[in-house]
Amino acid sequence: MSVQHHILSVLVENKFGVLTRVAGLFARRGFNIYSLAVGPTEDERFSRMTIVVDAESAPIEQVTKQLNKLIPVIKIVELAPADAVERELMLVTVKATAEARSQITELASIFEAKIDDVGYDALTVVVAGPPEKLDAMTVLLQPFGILELQRTGRVALPKLARRPAKLRAVRTRTG
Amino acid sequence: MKITGAQALIKSLELEQVEVMFGLPGGAILPVYDPLIDSSIRHILVRHEQGAGHMAEGYAHATGRPGVAMVTSGPAATNVVTPLCDAYMDSIPLVMITGQVPYAVIGTDAFQECDTVGITMPVTKHNWLVTDAQDIPRIVREAFHVATTGRPGPVLVDVPKDVSNQLMDWEWPETVDLPGYRPTTKGHTKQVKDAARLMGEAQRPVLYVGGGILKARAAEALRELAELTGFPVVTTLMARGAFPDDHPQCLGMPGMHGNYTAITAMQKADLLIALGARFDDRVTGKLDAFAPDARIIHVDIDPAELGKVRRPDVPIVGDCRVVIEELVKAVRAEKGKRSWPVIDPWREQLREWQARYPLVYEQFEDGPLKPQYVIDTLRDNSPDDTIVASGVGQHQMWTSQRWKFNHPYTWVNSGGLGTMGFAVPAAIGAKVGKPERMVWAVDGDGCFQMTAQELVTASAERIPVKVAILNNAYLGMVRQWQEMFYEERYSEVYLSPDLPDYVKWAEAMGCVAFRVDTPEDVEPTIQKANEIDDRPVVIDFRTDYREKVYPMIAAGTSNDEVILDPAHDPHASGH
Repeated sequence: MSVQHHILSVLVENKFGVLTRVAGLFARRGFNIYSLAVGPTEDERFSRMTIVVDAESAPIEQVTKQLNKLIPVIKIVELAPADAVERELMLVTVKATAEARSQITELASIFEAKIDDVGYDALTVVVAGPPEKLDAMTVLLQPFGILELQRTGRVALPKLARRPAKLRAVRTRTG
Repeated sequence: MKITGAQALIKSLELEQVEVMFGLPGGAILPVYDPLIDSSIRHILVRHEQGAGHMAEGYAHATGRPGVAMVTSGPAATNVVTPLCDAYMDSIPLVMITGQVPYAVIGTDAFQECDTVGITMPVTKHNWLVTDAQDIPRIVREAFHVATTGRPGPVLVDVPKDVSNQLMDWEWPETVDLPGYRPTTKGHTKQVKDAARLMGEAQRPVLYVGGGILKARAAEALRELAELTGFPVVTTLMARGAFPDDHPQCLGMPGMHGNYTAITAMQKADLLIALGARFDDRVTGKLDAFAPDARIIHVDIDPAELGKVRRPDVPIVGDCRVVIEELVKAVRAEKGKRSWPVIDPWREQLREWQARYPLVYEQFEDGPLKPQYVIDTLRDNSPDDTIVASGVGQHQMWTSQRWKFNHPYTWVNSGGLGTMGFAVPAAIGAKVGKPERMVWAVDGDGCFQMTAQELVTASAERIPVKVAILNNAYLGMVRQWQEMFYEERYSEVYLSPDLPDYVKWAEAMGCVAFRVDTPEDVEPTIQKANEIDDRPVVIDFRTDYREKVYPMIAAGTSNDEVILDPAHDPHASGH
């Protein structure tokens, strides 16, 4: 996450082909997707996409305006990172010799991670949390030898109002 | 009442008031062609699916109503990708129906299967794959709604063969419910006021008018705004006719092959009022150097156009007609409050440029035939409201430069995509939409060879279009660039004037055909052609291959660097 990113929370119609429309739009307009997570919402007619856009590849205003032109896109909210709850899930399989095993489980408990699978000489750790936490854990696991790693891409919702959230609702009307 | 999906599709098209459609049947669309026999809709059988798409575009250009075309699956669907993309670039309302292999076998690489929805996604405003015949009326309603509202554009409905055969309960939806699609038509009141205020401060204003004026049926409103303010008007390639060329405030076409005054007026302006225009690279030239002192008011129905290329000082999202009418009121209010600037020095400057840098060419009596002379003679011998279609290249630029477009919807051309071969089918579509009007296609020899077979369609369907081929035996615009920018190294641009024999070819397609080699034959032949109204006519004009389109702004250079015809450049000749 060294480069500048924008998080878009995009409510879309839950129909087939919508992901292709969104991904295709990004590709042909030259916008870079950093990560993308799609899932159902509280209303089965809609899905929510959390798209993290590399801000250097395109002005965020063009991205949201072009996205808004897609007919299945209902609403776009840009989440300022400071005002959003962001979570991501990571699975890491790490080498674990007998002597390393306890060090890894100790590390896992500090990060509130779980050991989800144990092999003869490896462990699979699952950890959820803000992306920075996952970054930190990855760095600390590296010396043991990471065999495989998979992250989900983040999901995000606005933080609740202790103070008013700086949400920028992007117009949903299209042309 | 139970009817088939195919019957529901035709019935839905009838309810959308479709009077004519262009197409060619095949396996997957067979079920839909059956109920067409009993329908009120006129179907025009094309010779190539691309022709169906461009005819539908020409029809939409001329009438303002959505063009409708129908073809089968696979290769037919891929053949309409070009017209879909053309319509997408030029915001033409187009409804394309394609057949698809049965839903049950989609994904098995069945005969004539292709992923039509996937292929056409980037070139349509929206597209639908119908999975249940019950959805057909709703999808057709949505398709017409999306194609014709907001920023118009092409849509595609892909109908699998088993869905066409499936029985369904007929029901016509009363309304369209698309929660993610609500175009803004009314301009923001404060922004409109701000725009009027800027207009009241400008010393060197220019109304920069694009194709959006025509899409919004805003030509009348534009004229009112122009006359109220006295501001000069430039009409882009897509907007020729949106403001009458014979109006004293009209400067004509700007851009790469625009006239000196239109280009330079924009370049020196202190205020550009962009109305339904999109700052295309062919208009702006090198972007950093474009209209450096101008503040920008930008009106467009598509919010994504505002700030896409040039950041406006006053962005207004809305329908051009509605916003211009609001602007007229706001300008009147502004004029009532304070003195309106006198722009006489600016107008004087424009008049001086017009006098000094007119569009020029010379036709010698015994010299080779000049393409400009052909166009001028055609213009002067045809009715004022003639519809002119063109292909893409030199002939297109000369026609746009020299024709006097005094009425909206008289210029049919491929601007954004630059589709060679557009002229013949587009002219046919325009003539179908406006049968009472004279329709001329001004075409190049290269373009003509791409889609000429549609003249068979025109003959068979008794659609009397007229085609003027400016036959210079070259891919002329490419030749011009090779001459100017590739040290006269001509690579693959020679076509031959005699191969094919255009007269024989046209006659074989059921047309009346003439050949013209000399200036004195131009006028009488055009007059003969204009008297024929029962068949298509083709004239093969043998024009001077050396003639180049001027003025020109070389790609990537600034609009300050207008290249004038060297023979007529007052700087070059020491004035």
